[in-house]
Amino acid sequence: MDKLKNSPENQNAFVNIGMLILIPIMAVAGIAAVFVVTLGWVLPGLATGDFQFFDFFSWHFAWDNPWIMSEWFQGLIKFVLLLMVVVMPFASLLTWAERRESAMMQDRVGPNRAAILGFKAWGIFHFMADAVKMIFKEDFVPAKANKFLFSLAPFLAIVPVFVVFAIVPFGSDICVGHLFESVPDAAVCTTRVTMQVARLDVGLLFYFAIASLAVYGTTLAGWASYNKWSLLGGMRASSQMMSYEVTMGMAILGSFLVYGSLEPYAMALYQGANPLHWGIVTQPLGAVLFFVAAIAESKRAPFDLPEGEAEVVGYFVEYSGMRFGVFFLAEFIEVIFAGAMMTAVFFGGFNVPFLESAGFNFGGHALALPHIVVLLIQTTFWTWKIVFFCWLQLMIRWTYPRFRPDQLMNLGWKQMLPASIANILITAAVVLAMQASASGQ
Amino acid sequence: MSIAQEKTIPFAWKKRTSKADVIPVHRARGFGQQAFIPAIVKGMAVSLRHFFDNVATRKDVATIEYPEEQPHKPERYRGLHRLMHREDGAVRCVACQCCSTACPAHCITIVAEDTGNSNEKRPAIFEIDELRCVVCGLCVEACPCDAIRMDGGIHAPPVERRVDSILGKTDLLKRGTLSAAIQGGNSSDEWRDQPLRPNADKLPSDQ
Repeated sequence: MDKLKNSPENQNAFVNIGMLILIPIMAVAGIAAVFVVTLGWVLPGLATGDFQFFDFFSWHFAWDNPWIMSEWFQGLIKFVLLLMVVVMPFASLLTWAERRESAMMQDRVGPNRAAILGFKAWGIFHFMADAVKMIFKEDFVPAKANKFLFSLAPFLAIVPVFVVFAIVPFGSDICVGHLFESVPDAAVCTTRVTMQVARLDVGLLFYFAIASLAVYGTTLAGWASYNKWSLLGGMRASSQMMSYEVTMGMAILGSFLVYGSLEPYAMALYQGANPLHWGIVTQPLGAVLFFVAAIAESKRAPFDLPEGEAEVVGYFVEYSGMRFGVFFLAEFIEVIFAGAMMTAVFFGGFNVPFLESAGFNFGGHALALPHIVVLLIQTTFWTWKIVFFCWLQLMIRWTYPRFRPDQLMNLGWKQMLPASIANILITAAVVLAMQASASGQ
Repeated sequence: MSIAQEKTIPFAWKKRTSKADVIPVHRARGFGQQAFIPAIVKGMAVSLRHFFDNVATRKDVATIEYPEEQPHKPERYRGLHRLMHREDGAVRCVACQCCSTACPAHCITIVAEDTGNSNEKRPAIFEIDELRCVVCGLCVEACPCDAIRMDGGIHAPPVERRVDSILGKTDLLKRGTLSAAIQGGNSSDEWRDQPLRPNADKLPSDQ
């Protein structure tokens, strides 16, 4: 033990903390580069043949593929990119990160043995080992279970959490054709590519509509398993998710009043580059209530009653192998989505402090940056904010003890719901007063 | 409920009186206590401190990473059995059955055979079932000639099949070394005149 503790790699605290911060930053910068380069340069280039400085492609082929810039194709590409570059890697890495982080909090080491060709990387490959294990485990279906619903339930749990990512904005609009110059005024843009799969006017209502479908997955899993414990878990899950959806919607209503929009991109634009205008400053109570309700929605500790290991194992007690893995993954994707929502509504979305569309602006000292650099910084920051909220949710999950069902309902209905309604009323009064004073009455 | 009201109810529970000191404990009230806000902040501070400490320096990590790092074993740690050697490498055991008699788990099987020497036997079969062994060390206490020891500091290894846990004479002798004790049972009385430990000035490893 002494040998390990005194080994040089464990001596330098600054190096270790620095790696903890720098490596994710580099990784998310890579993610941002994938988004920006694909959407802003490769796809428009393929569509028009105009690769800007890189003319050597265009004299070789005659490009004219207007369908590439069509809305449905762009949406498809963005959705696939979002899922394959952000959601799935993060969700699978979270399975490792959760165990590793909880180990660090509890003075353990955590999973650190999985290695590829002797390359351990702090055991990060455990998520692959987990996947292999889950794929090869016996796919067990109880004899009296309803086979159809039993098989359907995992998909009903995971599809909604994929779909809701459609409304998440992950960067400001790309000004196609002006990537390598500074764009102070958006009016020069003729072709724009949105960094958002679907810009719906209903915005967060779409999220609430789709997220409430996830209840069906858990409840059906509990019902179809033909097991009283899973049924109890499913009932708990449905009651908890429905109760906290109310609080969640109410908590976010105050933000609607402030921003005057339901659409996440418009919210992000309203919040802007000044952190004092972000939702956490204008709606602190709403932010806390929304975050707590979002954790309760994802059914993780301290709100893990539907899957309480000690009593009812939960709605997935009869699930094994990859079917269980799908539930597990859905839970982690909900964690990421809660982070994405916190980021979009309360933490400025893709906005970076002092970074405007032309570049950094420190109150007079302006630093003009090319459009592509601005986009890269914004998407990197957006991803980094999500990583932070994932980390915070893991910290919360491993710090606090769980509730009793009646305490859970009390907290939801008697404390958080009244608090969120009070938040709405006060916000409405303040917004009204500010509008009245602005119009000079 | 006041006392006056209590008397009017005919079957009301009587207030119990006890001579023991009863300290009433009131649950915490007030918004701050009920929302657990101080406790939430305190708990998160503890978690954060441990997290960053351990990420930075592994200061508090108590884990022993087993195959690379061995846990500390006390001097009298009882582990896997071994059979000690004579100077010619033969087994010291004289098949007296003391250990198998002393064994509470009946995990030692000894079948004796003739050595040709009139005052000694030797084990033809010496088997210990390590799955049955309760690691009490009574066999070592019972042995009159320092033939069996449990001091190797090795834990009984896991096995795939039960039969693999039965260690025979060869396995047990493999970990054995030369004992510093004098093998008893000289045929004549000459040994009484000899010094008690002829090799006392040498360590077993020197021989």
